[in-house]
Amino acid sequence: MSQKIRVVIAKPGLDGHDRGAKVIARALRDAGMEVIYTGLRQTPEMIVAATLQEDADVIGLSILSGAHMHICPRVMELLKDKGLDDVQVVIGGIIPDVDIAKLNAMGIKGIFIPGTPMQHIIDYITANARVRV
Amino acid sequence: MKSVADRADTKKARWEREVLEPTLKKSPERKGPFTTISGRPIERLYTNEDVAGIDYDAEIANPGEFPYVRGIHPTGYRGKLWTMRQFAGFGSPEETNQRYKDLIAAGGTGLSVAFDLPTLMGRDPDHPLSLGEVGKCGVSIVSLKDMERLFDGIPLDDPKITTSMTINSPASMIFAMYLVVAEQHGADWQKISGTIQNDILKEFIAQKEYIFPPRQSMRLITDVFAFCAKEVPKWNTISVSGYHIREAGSTALQELAFTLRDGLEYVQYGVDAGLDVDDFVPRLSFFFNSHSDFFEEIAKYRAARKLWAEAMKNRFGAKNPRSWQLRFHTQTAGVSLTAQQPYNNVVRTALQALAAVLGGTNSLHTNSLDEALALPTKETATIALRTQQIIAHESGVTNVVDPLGGSYFIERLTRDMEEGTLAYWDTIDRMGGMVEAIERGYPQKEVAEASYQFQQAVERGEKTIVGVNDFVQTGEKPIEILYIDDSTAELQLQRLEELKRSRDNDQVRRTLDALKAGAKGRDNTMPLLLDCVRAYATVGEMCDALRDVWGEYEEVPVI
Repeated sequence: MSQKIRVVIAKPGLDGHDRGAKVIARALRDAGMEVIYTGLRQTPEMIVAATLQEDADVIGLSILSGAHMHICPRVMELLKDKGLDDVQVVIGGIIPDVDIAKLNAMGIKGIFIPGTPMQHIIDYITANARVRV
Repeated sequence: MKSVADRADTKKARWEREVLEPTLKKSPERKGPFTTISGRPIERLYTNEDVAGIDYDAEIANPGEFPYVRGIHPTGYRGKLWTMRQFAGFGSPEETNQRYKDLIAAGGTGLSVAFDLPTLMGRDPDHPLSLGEVGKCGVSIVSLKDMERLFDGIPLDDPKITTSMTINSPASMIFAMYLVVAEQHGADWQKISGTIQNDILKEFIAQKEYIFPPRQSMRLITDVFAFCAKEVPKWNTISVSGYHIREAGSTALQELAFTLRDGLEYVQYGVDAGLDVDDFVPRLSFFFNSHSDFFEEIAKYRAARKLWAEAMKNRFGAKNPRSWQLRFHTQTAGVSLTAQQPYNNVVRTALQALAAVLGGTNSLHTNSLDEALALPTKETATIALRTQQIIAHESGVTNVVDPLGGSYFIERLTRDMEEGTLAYWDTIDRMGGMVEAIERGYPQKEVAEASYQFQQAVERGEKTIVGVNDFVQTGEKPIEILYIDDSTAELQLQRLEELKRSRDNDQVRRTLDALKAGAKGRDNTMPLLLDCVRAYATVGEMCDALRDVWGEYEEVPVI
């Protein structure tokens, strides 16, 4: 029996540019996933709380402002504290090459820069979301 | 539009039958769809029949004549070129100050300040939400001290260099800081010119950098209108912006219609606040995007001038021609730039800049090739400025006013843009105005839908993005980018502590209390903000004072 993948799409930080977050939220929904869009200005604490409450399998962070090296480690740390290590975290936005290896090392493997086809993101999430029992 | 029956005997119909059809049988057209980047279908040919219903003298007219389709200046760019105004800001006030000096030395003719997100959102660097954001997307300005550093050695009393400041929710606070620095430089407020963006409606629609609820936000804006009409009469009190609406994914038509309708809303609120139209409308300016669809953009600018002129004259009864004349800044489309094969972005930007010039822009920012990756380096920012200089001084397009005027296609498209805008205005008017439409989420939904449709078209391959979904290249070498570290955050945090130790904190409290009292009543907030600024209150403290009185806006997200 296959259950729908549950995805929290979140915009952390102060930035309001939500075009990408909204387009991907809709694309994932159209691809059959259950999408929870948090809206703007979410702290890492709020994002992890939403993940717990919604029993989400995946967190998609949209960050264009350059704050990713502050936000991502905090999200990963909080997930670990709550025992949510198996939640897949992916990130979309403007991420300089030099930061990609550091994010990978934290456990964030799905990093999608501008121009990534939506189908690629859908396929990545489908292949990597935790398996529910 | 003519019906099919009417068309049967037109010259174009004859041409289609006798010339086109035999050709199509032998060699069919490419698959298409032949649409603009906004999804607007385009015919293969436009002829004099497409513009037969347009009266040149009354509806287009020569440049400098109502309704200004062909431009507001009779001499076009033969008189004065557009202002080459490059938007810049990053890190500390000192770093940005140096970039401005570089841009002026390279021939830039105007400054344009980009602020970081904490400044734009009215948060001091020590607020939890400022984590990782200080100095990243723009310059960090905390108090008057930073504004003094930002303009150090740049004479604000020199009329040759004007400054534009891209800030909205805290626009009046930053403007107050600018006025005090100008005063320190010996400038006369009656003579200085420049622009604050101060456009909150497009923040609710698109960019989402709002703080206070819509109606209180509108109050801050009309306070600036009223203050400047007396005290700073040459200042552009608002830059009504379509740029961000377009970047958020709207079509060209939506950008035009929503932006101008925002403009009408500001005029209406100004009138309702007791101002005379001709006292403040001449200081309203506009800001449009220049996207990749060349002719659609040109038509958009031409239609904008006509729509504004007619609305000011007929809807608001403005009598001063300066109220009728729409002046606008343009920025090339950041969203069109690709992270892949970034050098291609120079070409995209050049074409977009040319469209803005052929549309008669009064001021222009050209993006740098690395902006899908980071803020621009000094080198890429210079190429962007050179692009404008090549158009201005080498291409020859500045020799003649509105060179595309009279093109069957351009005139038809201009008219279509106008008609489409009027239809959108009608819908918004029926909702009670733009504030009401925003409260219902109407423009937000329209933009979200358009952006999703565009993305789908790209995914299906109906819209080609060179280097992204076609002509893809692997194994690209990364280019060098500007990397902003956390040193600005550390510096600004340390300075904030120092400031709070050295200033007269009683005076800060008194001025902030007076601001709160004013916000509760009807007093103009500008003089109160000037007092706060002179006491070295921070942007965060001034915004918090108003948050206490007015609360904060929270949107219901629309997917």
